[in-house]
Amino acid sequence: MTTNLLAPGLADPPHDAQRLFRGVLEAFSHPGRIIELRDPPAGPGTLSPAAVAFLLTLADRETPLWLDAGLDKPDVRDFLRFHAGAPLVPARGAATFAVILSSSGDPFAGFAIGTDTYPDRAATLVIEVPSLEGGPACTWRGPGIDGEARVAIEGLGADFWPAWAANHALFPCGVDLVFAAGSRLVALPRSVAVEA
Amino acid sequence: MPDTDIQGSAYNYAYLDEQTKRMIRRAILKAVAVPGYQVPFGGREMPLPYGWGTGGIQVTAAIIGRDDTLKVIDQGADDTTNAVSIRRFFARVADVATTTRTEEATIIQTRHRVPETPLRDGQILVFQVPIPEPLRMLEPRETETRTLHALSEYGVMQVSLYESIARHGRIAKTYNYPVMVNGRYIMSPSPIPKFDNPKLDRSPALQLYGAGREKRIYAVPPHTPVKSLDFDDHPFEIETWTESCALCGSKESFLDEMIVDDAGKRLFVCSDTDYCESRR
Repeated sequence: MTTNLLAPGLADPPHDAQRLFRGVLEAFSHPGRIIELRDPPAGPGTLSPAAVAFLLTLADRETPLWLDAGLDKPDVRDFLRFHAGAPLVPARGAATFAVILSSSGDPFAGFAIGTDTYPDRAATLVIEVPSLEGGPACTWRGPGIDGEARVAIEGLGADFWPAWAANHALFPCGVDLVFAAGSRLVALPRSVAVEA
Repeated sequence: MPDTDIQGSAYNYAYLDEQTKRMIRRAILKAVAVPGYQVPFGGREMPLPYGWGTGGIQVTAAIIGRDDTLKVIDQGADDTTNAVSIRRFFARVADVATTTRTEEATIIQTRHRVPETPLRDGQILVFQVPIPEPLRMLEPRETETRTLHALSEYGVMQVSLYESIARHGRIAKTYNYPVMVNGRYIMSPSPIPKFDNPKLDRSPALQLYGAGREKRIYAVPPHTPVKSLDFDDHPFEIETWTESCALCGSKESFLDEMIVDDAGKRLFVCSDTDYCESRR
């Protein structure tokens, strides 16, 4: 029997979750704005603190979670099962939330996009990237953005932005994204058009 | 509610349990991602009746924290029963600072008005909504209105506005005036006077709408186009007054008409008490 201790979750759940959620809400309200989360939990180490903060704030037993093969490690599974209680699912289509590595091909395929009558029943995908700055610059336009925003996320594949254009074209259906790097995140709701 | 400090009481911070808050927070994020679409949520029983702001209170409870400063208005006024009781509720259960000053507030919960003072980036306006479905008076079936939204089939609303012109010579709707959000969804702005509709358009503040009885949450993100429905030959117009406020002299704000004596003497005063006081 191993005695590996589980990484701690939120120290003060009501207040920590509230503070972290307001960071996530600001990110969704201002797509492209880089949000530095205040005191995110460290988590098991394989996930970024921003991704851990997002999941501990929003995932629970009602939200099936899908993990990228590169992240699907026993310490991550144990951590999320214990602290969030979210069921880990092997099928993308069953997931409410997912954590994906930026290097994965075909990042959105198979996730729930909602329906015309219930577009809210769509997945939110957390994409782990090396940095939120310094990559190839794109122009983002849409609700929450005053005119346009220049965003330069690093580490995305060549087919990423064409795949996003296809997702945006599904509006009001489609997945929503959160890019996570360290303790910072940027949100990209389906309503936003990206010009690469 | 027992008159005890929140620390010593059996309630969670901000009244709702954490599971409920997470559910509401997920609904809020989807509402922001699809502006103007009404997201169903598992509305809870609140310690006040439907019609008193249970939807707005649940939204506020899911977002509020100890760093926030809360303002609550009812018909523009900070000192009416609904506003006072909701402000006291959150001061007690969320240990939060309250204010009547629009500029100082980080969260403003409102019933039936948008403050006259322009809002800024970082502020959140929470609306209390009685009937979230703008098509409900035209089509009573939920399955049908849901399909109309899915297809963006809004002819029935244009026809109702046209009928108003045919009958009254103008669009006679003065409050809860329907708007088109980001060119996709028709949305009820809640029963604010149409005077306030232009303030919703491209506002730098985040707008969240909560309907407790109907269990719906919807949102308008900052800088999002919000267009009041109209016709080319009958453009949207807001109310105007020949009078000015009897207390502060404002000619720009929304005025309430008051009868001040038995002889029927009338007085016009600002509906936004904070705006009016700051000008006196």
